[in-house]
Amino acid sequence: MIGLSHYLILAAILFAIGIVGVIRRKNLLMLFFATEIMLNAANIAFAAISSYTGDLGGQMFAFFIIAVAASEVAVGLGLLILIYRKYGTLDLDNFTMLKG
Amino acid sequence: METFAFYLFSILIAGLFLVTVLSRNVLYAMTSLAAGMVLISGLFFILGADFLGVVQLIVYVGAVMALYAFGMMFFDATGVVKERNTPALLVFLLGGLSAVMLVVIFAAPAIGSHVTPSFRTPQGVDNPHAVGLVLFTKYLVPFEVAAVMLLVAMIAGIILAGKKMDTSLSKISDGEESQAAGKEER
Repeated sequence: MIGLSHYLILAAILFAIGIVGVIRRKNLLMLFFATEIMLNAANIAFAAISSYTGDLGGQMFAFFIIAVAASEVAVGLGLLILIYRKYGTLDLDNFTMLKG
Repeated sequence: METFAFYLFSILIAGLFLVTVLSRNVLYAMTSLAAGMVLISGLFFILGADFLGVVQLIVYVGAVMALYAFGMMFFDATGVVKERNTPALLVFLLGGLSAVMLVVIFAAPAIGSHVTPSFRTPQGVDNPHAVGLVLFTKYLVPFEVAAVMLLVAMIAGIILAGKKMDTSLSKISDGEESQAAGKEER
């Protein structure tokens, strides 16, 4: 029988995969993908806790996370398009103009 | 049956997301991310969160992935991404350490203590009905705030991805605009 901890451990593994993506990738679009993975891991944890405790609050938080993710993608992709038009690349190593 | 479905889904999700994170091709990464999202909605259905699963399918697999696919038309994404990677050993050490830490953090309180619900699921109704009851009573204000946030995000997306981003929109008069259009045509 599947318990709550199974779901939480799955969420932790997926979150760690997202962290590996954020650390490893240098392409801005890939960083966005890794962020989506981490948000989804949090969603799984929320839904699992909500289901196993009989409290709908977790599902509500998952809904709001989905809303935040949608608006993040809308604004973030607009910014990505701007960056790509200005510099012609999405590589993070090219955006070091702030270094002292 | 539930056990089998859970393990099948979780192994597939982890594999697909690993492809997303490790692949060098943006198209492969996006496709496997979309497939992983579909399987995550399957997990939600197992958990009895039907409405959340449907929302996951519509918003993530439908809207967000379509937006990414649309955005990829702006970037030259068909080829292989050229990246100068950090040392792989360091990355996997850091990622593995954070994975172990996260598992401990997540699993310790859930196994040890008894969590009690503060707002119990309404009995005798199916999941979408219960979600509606809770969302429009207890979470009404966050719902409205989320609506305003989505509106702001929509306007920001239109403004950011719109044309003529190098000049301020308020400084362009009608005559200049037609002039600029004529220049572009030549």
